Amino acid sequence: MTMAETYQTPDGRTIGGQVMEMKNITLRFGGVKAITDISFDIREGEIRAIIGPNGAGKSSMLNVMNGFYHPQEGEVWFHGKKRGPMKPHQIAKQGIARTFQNIALFSGMSTLDNIMTGRLTHMKTGILKQAMWWGPAEKEETENREVVEKVIDFLEIQSIRKTPVGRLPYGLQKRVELGRALAAEPKLLLLDEPMAGMNVEEKEDMSRFILDVNDEFGTTIALIEHDMGVVMDIADRVVVMDYGKKIGDGSPDEVRNNQDVIDAYLGVAHD
Amino acid sequence: MFYREAGDFKTTYADDSQTFPIKFDRYRYWAVLAFAFLVVPFIINDYWLNAVVLPFLIYSVAAIGLNILTGYCGQVSLGSGGFMAVGAYACYKFMTSFPGMDIFSVILLSGFVTAAVGILFGLPSLRIKGFYLAVATLAAQFFLVWLFNKVPWFYNYSASGQINAPERTVFGYAVTGAETHAWAVYLVALIFVVVLAVIARNLTRGSLGRKWMAIRDMDIAAEIIGVNPMTAKLSAFAISSFYVGVSGAMFFVLYLGAVEVGEAFGIGKSFIILFMVIIGGLGSIFGSFAGAAFMVLMPVLLKNVMVGQLGWATDLAAHFEFVIVGGLIIVFLILEPHGLAQLWRLAKEKLRLWPFPH
Repeated sequence: MTMAETYQTPDGRTIGGQVMEMKNITLRFGGVKAITDISFDIREGEIRAIIGPNGAGKSSMLNVMNGFYHPQEGEVWFHGKKRGPMKPHQIAKQGIARTFQNIALFSGMSTLDNIMTGRLTHMKTGILKQAMWWGPAEKEETENREVVEKVIDFLEIQSIRKTPVGRLPYGLQKRVELGRALAAEPKLLLLDEPMAGMNVEEKEDMSRFILDVNDEFGTTIALIEHDMGVVMDIADRVVVMDYGKKIGDGSPDEVRNNQDVIDAYLGVAHD
Repeated sequence: MFYREAGDFKTTYADDSQTFPIKFDRYRYWAVLAFAFLVVPFIINDYWLNAVVLPFLIYSVAAIGLNILTGYCGQVSLGSGGFMAVGAYACYKFMTSFPGMDIFSVILLSGFVTAAVGILFGLPSLRIKGFYLAVATLAAQFFLVWLFNKVPWFYNYSASGQINAPERTVFGYAVTGAETHAWAVYLVALIFVVVLAVIARNLTRGSLGRKWMAIRDMDIAAEIIGVNPMTAKLSAFAISSFYVGVSGAMFFVLYLGAVEVGEAFGIGKSFIILFMVIIGGLGSIFGSFAGAAFMVLMPVLLKNVMVGQLGWATDLAAHFEFVIVGGLIIVFLILEPHGLAQLWRLAKEKLRLWPFPH
């Protein structure tokens, strides 16, 4: 797919150059091919959705993007550089944050501490200074706390700041997890089914947060979602996967009218 | 009534993240410290020191150490006894090789030696978790005790195979050896306990502590938000071993004076410290103190009641002591699996509303 360097979305935002490009990714688990020869790119400032039926390989794709899985074939390019074999924590330092399909919060810690863990890649004082809690350590703690408080304000979770996350209802846990990823101030934010298991109201809230994150902070977002209504509303471009292959790529309208996509979701008559 | 957050406004984030956010707690903390430093030294005698206070202080340090590893970082260890032995033998070697060195440096250096050994035995934690890691640390326990028994260099080729603490003084007052002053020994131990507890608290509330807790609660998510599991786990092993090593060194020079490794630092020691951490509360500095107090005071109390009050034979009382302490531990784990620290937390929550709970 060729595209101009930048383009305008219908609502007037400018989408920039490539942030991440996946080139011919193939991922195998033993004999099972989870992803077969998939290429697509993510551009700066856009909301990029990955959709597909269950078992299509969407989560595997996200795991490849943040370095949790290493594809057997293909290349991942991030900010114009080919990414070598890196550990997930190194990739986190490059500015990729994510949330999980099943909530992966630190259940023994408070909301505040959970979101503070998102700042770990920005905190650098050594053990000795931390042990004394003097000067630089305390200053760094306070500075990062300020960033975290902004995230807390943004997500409207001030009242549960000191509550252990284990006690929170599901919808709020999802929100805290988004907060943890946001606190890292990522260049690329990966969301794995941010609205799974939510009711309509919670979905509306979450959609609003995702749009606001994109709008206010200019964060590039790639998300997996099953709710087609939401995807078609908030995504700028959509990749459709089925059985580990890419069957569609384009704006929501293009994807909606793609025959392969319709077949994958609704089934085809075999005669 | 006095225990209120209301009216105590925090205007900075530094204020908000302090250890004791409630004013009453802060005053209580300073009161306890003042009592420990200014009152206890004048009233302490040899019986109280050796039966209650010194074991409590020393075990507190060991329990904080294990709590950092197990309670905060989630890595189960059954090697504490072995690491205490490393601290004790390192201390002995430093004291005999460098007679001019003061006792504080010796104990600290012993801690650093133990930290290095701890990192070495922490390496398996990068690959294995849970019960399997516990077994690997158990191997450390047995290996270290065996090593200190078998290699005569560690006990300076003494005929008995024991190590004996040489005499050391602080400002002219003997704190180790045969003739010691109870208050001087107490103060040395207290200084270590207070400083190490404050450092542990600072480490666990800062970014390092959050890394450990992230690894404990969900290691995959921790890695994906940028925690390097290797440095997080090994730093926990190092710092935990430092604490346990310091407590082993103190146990040797301040408390026992003479040590035979299998007896003083056997597997039993590892379990006692683990019990302290579990009964006190995993992931709590206060819990470490509470657990140490429980495990030290309970046997003394039972002995006093059974021998002193009921007039039982000493051996019978000793056997019953095991039964009762063991039973209490089980009862405790069933009724309050989160330990004494959780009871303390609940009490504080109740206190906040008392006397008008509605």
